[in-house]
Amino acid sequence: MNPFDRRQFLQLAGIGGAVFVSGLSGAARGADGASNFSAEDFFFVQLSDSHWGFEGPPNPDAHGTLPKAVAAVNALSQAPDFVIFTGDLTHTTDDPRERRKRLAEFKAIVDELKVKDVKFIPGEHDASLDDGKAFKEFFGPTHYTFEHKGVHFIVLDNVSDPSAQLGEAQLAWLADDLKKQAKDARIVVFAHRPLFDLYPQWDWATRDGAKAVALLMPYDNVTVFYGHIHQEHHQMTGHIAHHSAKSLIFALPVAASQPKRTPLPWDPAKPYAGLGFREVEADPKNTTYAITELPVQKA
Amino acid sequence: MAATAALALGSAAAVTAATRQPRVIKVVAKKFEFVPGEIHVRKGETVTLQFTAPEVPMGFNLADFKLRVDIVPGKVATLDITPDRTGTFTFLCDVFCGTGHEEMSGALVVT
Repeated sequence: MNPFDRRQFLQLAGIGGAVFVSGLSGAARGADGASNFSAEDFFFVQLSDSHWGFEGPPNPDAHGTLPKAVAAVNALSQAPDFVIFTGDLTHTTDDPRERRKRLAEFKAIVDELKVKDVKFIPGEHDASLDDGKAFKEFFGPTHYTFEHKGVHFIVLDNVSDPSAQLGEAQLAWLADDLKKQAKDARIVVFAHRPLFDLYPQWDWATRDGAKAVALLMPYDNVTVFYGHIHQEHHQMTGHIAHHSAKSLIFALPVAASQPKRTPLPWDPAKPYAGLGFREVEADPKNTTYAITELPVQKA
Repeated sequence: MAATAALALGSAAAVTAATRQPRVIKVVAKKFEFVPGEIHVRKGETVTLQFTAPEVPMGFNLADFKLRVDIVPGKVATLDITPDRTGTFTFLCDVFCGTGHEEMSGALVVT
């Protein structure tokens, strides 16, 4: 099943959430209506903010939600090329031993993914209290790059510093990496926190994120995927699209919609409402990405 | 004598007005609240916020006025603010400090 038909199937089957198509306008089909699926098309899955270790009323199935999400990814009719978790894998704890226990438990659950190319980035809950030390023991570097089928991926760490800064060293590293890229290179950036001031009143920002965005702006084809805010959100900074992901533990309110940034309550009539993950499809003929939001489990 | 006394009092008042210090409001940043959690200021009034953090490093961030300060245990951090508009404005801790960090916020009420 080619990716375009698969997306339609998901919608028809009532499984998929809203499809966000960034300017594709049916570009997946050629002038004669035939599929343009090529070997370089691919898709990946983004999951975020599982907060393994959290317990409380906002999610009475805190122990079951992540396994259900893993099962949902495994049940996709087409396997993604890779899976990425964009931070807050675990819920914070002051106890370094408990932190490592949670990271180990999280890893054991996600090891059940059939896709074996799985990438991780930390969130502040994983890394801010120990400069990412425990995260690195389990998952390696907190910022890195990789290539996949013509796309240059950059992972930024805006959480190991508890003051939510990338820092001058990492910004210099980013600048050096970008110098090696063509101006029209297809670049995807992963971060945990928003790189722009989405709503600093709720800590939805990166203190020096504007410097990273400024480094990225000269490049024509940059898209950012991130987490942290526990909801789907789409915003542009100039020509750069930023897409935040839903969480796998509890949803958070829309910015400024209520006085405090408290979790949205669990609705027993609509379990897992507001939670989910997404497929992101890359097509070399288009510089933007087709995003399909998917629920933790079918309704 | 009376004129001299009046002049002296007037001079004293002028000196007092010239050297009047901003109102100081002491704020403690502790896990996981600011004490006081509400700070009341008049529009146009300059106040000096004096912060202490008895436990771990924290931050005070008043995003609506683009003001922030780091609060480090053992040191008093100060921040002068002169709000130029009325309203209720959120401030929060912007240095991750533990499990209750996300609840650590307060309100600046400007009237």
